[in-house]
Amino acid sequence: MWKKALSAALFATGLAASPAAWAEAPEPYQITPELEAAAKAEGKVVFYTATDVAVAEKLAEHFKTKYPEISVQVERAGSERVFQRIGQEYSTGIYNADVIETSDAVHFEYFKREGWLEPMVPQEVADKWPADERDPDGNFAAYRAHLSVMAYRTDLMQEADAPKTWEDLLDPRFKDKMVKAHPGYSGTVMTSTFVLSQLLGWEYFEKLGKQNIMQVQSSTEPPKKLAQGERALEIDGNEYNVFRLIDEGKPIKIIYPEQGTPLAVGNAAVLKQAPNPNAAKLFYAFLFSADAQQLNSDFGGLRSFHPDVKEKAGRTPLAQIKILHSDPAKLEPEIPTIKSNYEKYFGT
Amino acid sequence: MIMTSNVQVQGRRRGIDLSWPTFALLTLVLSVLVLLPLFWLAFYSFRSDTGGGVTFDNFIALVADPTLVRAYGLAIGMALAVGLLSCLVATPMAWLVARTDLPGRRMIRMLVTASFVTPPFLGAIAYEILAAPNSGIVNIIYRYLFRLDSSAYLVNIYTFTGLIFAIACFTFPYVFTLVANALDKVPSDLEDASSILGGKAMTTLRKVTIPLVLPAMLAGTLIAILQALTMFGSPAILALPAGFHVITTKIWSLFQFPPRLGLAAAAALPLLIITVILLRAQKSILGRKGYTVLGGKSGTPRITELGPWKWVAIAFVFCVLSLTILLPYLAILKTAFTGTVGDPINLSTLTLRHWKFVLFEFSATQLALRNTFLLGFLTATAVTAIALIVSYLVTRRSVPGSGFLGLLATAPVAIPGIVLGVGLFLSYANPTFQLYGTIWILLIAFMTIELPAGYQQMSSAFSGVHPELEEAGRIMGASRLRTLWDITAPLLRTSVVAAWCFVFVGTIRELSATILLTTANTKLVSVIIYDLNESGDLGAICVLGMILLAASFAVVFVANRVPVLGGSQMNARG
Repeated sequence: MWKKALSAALFATGLAASPAAWAEAPEPYQITPELEAAAKAEGKVVFYTATDVAVAEKLAEHFKTKYPEISVQVERAGSERVFQRIGQEYSTGIYNADVIETSDAVHFEYFKREGWLEPMVPQEVADKWPADERDPDGNFAAYRAHLSVMAYRTDLMQEADAPKTWEDLLDPRFKDKMVKAHPGYSGTVMTSTFVLSQLLGWEYFEKLGKQNIMQVQSSTEPPKKLAQGERALEIDGNEYNVFRLIDEGKPIKIIYPEQGTPLAVGNAAVLKQAPNPNAAKLFYAFLFSADAQQLNSDFGGLRSFHPDVKEKAGRTPLAQIKILHSDPAKLEPEIPTIKSNYEKYFGT
Repeated sequence: MIMTSNVQVQGRRRGIDLSWPTFALLTLVLSVLVLLPLFWLAFYSFRSDTGGGVTFDNFIALVADPTLVRAYGLAIGMALAVGLLSCLVATPMAWLVARTDLPGRRMIRMLVTASFVTPPFLGAIAYEILAAPNSGIVNIIYRYLFRLDSSAYLVNIYTFTGLIFAIACFTFPYVFTLVANALDKVPSDLEDASSILGGKAMTTLRKVTIPLVLPAMLAGTLIAILQALTMFGSPAILALPAGFHVITTKIWSLFQFPPRLGLAAAAALPLLIITVILLRAQKSILGRKGYTVLGGKSGTPRITELGPWKWVAIAFVFCVLSLTILLPYLAILKTAFTGTVGDPINLSTLTLRHWKFVLFEFSATQLALRNTFLLGFLTATAVTAIALIVSYLVTRRSVPGSGFLGLLATAPVAIPGIVLGVGLFLSYANPTFQLYGTIWILLIAFMTIELPAGYQQMSSAFSGVHPELEEAGRIMGASRLRTLWDITAPLLRTSVVAAWCFVFVGTIRELSATILLTTANTKLVSVIIYDLNESGDLGAICVLGMILLAASFAVVFVANRVPVLGGSQMNARG
């Protein structure tokens, strides 16, 4: 379906799409002095990311303290916007990006099928990552994960009044009080809309759409609207942004309903046409290093698949939360339906 | 310079005039600029998004798809309301400034012009900060004053009416400027005649003055309507949170990957047609010159003394200026220096962290600033140069058929930014041209968008310079381009500078075409502001907005002061 739609577009002409069938993942690689030297000679790496801009820039800064000779250009947008951008660029023969990362797992299945990715496996990933959190063919691996959570302002809403289940959100007492991100922009919300529509059916969203919700775009934004005090309750939004705001002292509390909370996995990969292939390879290995993953957890509030990462005290460990997983293979054909239903019920 | 001196030599020896080649070249360039995107737009609107081939599906969807129809309905309703509101506010204000003894009139005119420099999307963001129902500063103060609970609010910007208000704040200067200028020129003898025949002040106003400026009012209102209809930034910032699309945001959403280019092209066409109709309406209204008396030969306009009404007038003008300039700018200033929008201002909340983030941590800042100002300079210079030559050829009728050139230079005014963006994307984002991803596609877009404004200004300036001076130059043996460069251009210095500034400011605040044409390496400040808005980083936006505004004001100021560019004349004429 997507393939068809794409080839219809004019872009397709410029596309050398050769669905690659990799027998197995390439040998894991380590950061060698040769790789570092080659990367320094390139002097630059371009990182397309959907992680919150402050977190991504912090990570880039950390990379630069290790390799001051290599500048990192962070291009942050919502997952679906990153996907749109790379799609437009690749179909018109523009190869700007070195390393790409979004929170919509479907994208990476798509990139892989189109043959846009360069398979490579950093040693750290080979040694420490769970097998189901990396591509068997070595095209990509789960760089981060985060939940899409309900959360509320403790000063604007009593704990007793706060919702306990997803259906509670349909209660008239929450009308005008909620904020929500958009699945057409955010991969996290695309994933969570999919799993919740499976769990609760579209009637749930139809009713939710009548609650006069403030509609924002990125899943980084609902937590920021809570922090501003613009709304008292977020329906979805990045858990890691909430963690960061709690760390800053904002009166916000997360709700993990018993029915489960949707999980978004953010994969990362190196692009085949990367203009700075060595810097990309180095940066990619850096992304999965214990160092970077720990920084993501401490500063960014992201969940990590690195077993050595220590989570800050006070955060509910993943093991104690019921998680709703999404299957990208099942999600992909549903995307047009999700978009059109969403527009029907929420207006945009 | 080298080229022109060659021209001179050739011109003398062989009597060859470069008018023809210039004319041909310009016709070609302008045709490519204007017609190519429109051709592809039309082509794609008949192309199926799913299988290629010719189809009418896209046009059927235009009527059958309720989301598209609703987006058009809302956009038209919004635009009409914006036009009406702009007219209602701007007309009395223009009259007060042009025809009464209101104190500080020149200052008021300047401030209204300042609100033209403010990009509308920045204004929309400022109003998010001011008038969001819960965290909006106005609502916080309201609740505090009346000791209301947290669910009460006075104003909500995330509504249809809120959107209309936020757009009108930045479109009313169009009506204001046109009406104020018209009032300046209404001859006082007609008004005197009315008074002599026994008409009271109000009767004269109602029966003489208002009918005389009615065309200017209507024309200004139509421009405001047009601006609102084709605006992308403000609706994207205010309408989407409220849960509705207008047509520009809807077209933008069609670019989500995989893009539906055919539908986007078809959805853009009615916008183009509406714009053409509105512009024709404007032309036919303004064209009735016998009705408007814009001769300006009969004395200074009569000034009405306000007397006790002065205070009411001052209150009204102050209110308008606060809403359009003072409050938004204060909101931006406050947000740039405090932690989050809802924070009160005190020593503990004051912070430079947004500045630190934008200036030192955010890697897109430098690139975007450089691109923005580079493109601003390039576009302003190129457009002013082209507009100068085109308006010379057209007003002096030096080449038969030059009227066509004028038409080409004006035509882009009918192409809304987002439509042009779609058209240019279709024209140049393919493996043949590969302009997408470079700043050249943006330069082409900006030149096309700004050409009509530049041309309009230059051609009106040309009609003010008598050709006899040029004839003298020609008699002495200089070629046309040489006389243009040596005689006419210096005489037009102030107009050239004004046109340059106008185009520069217009380029810097452009978002609707830009949003479809930028990539990572061709980021502009307007686009990163939009990106940051989508992730809710208001503090960083306000810092960037302040840098953008400061730089725009600085450029305009410098351009008007540099003596070589005719700064002193500008001052003398006021």
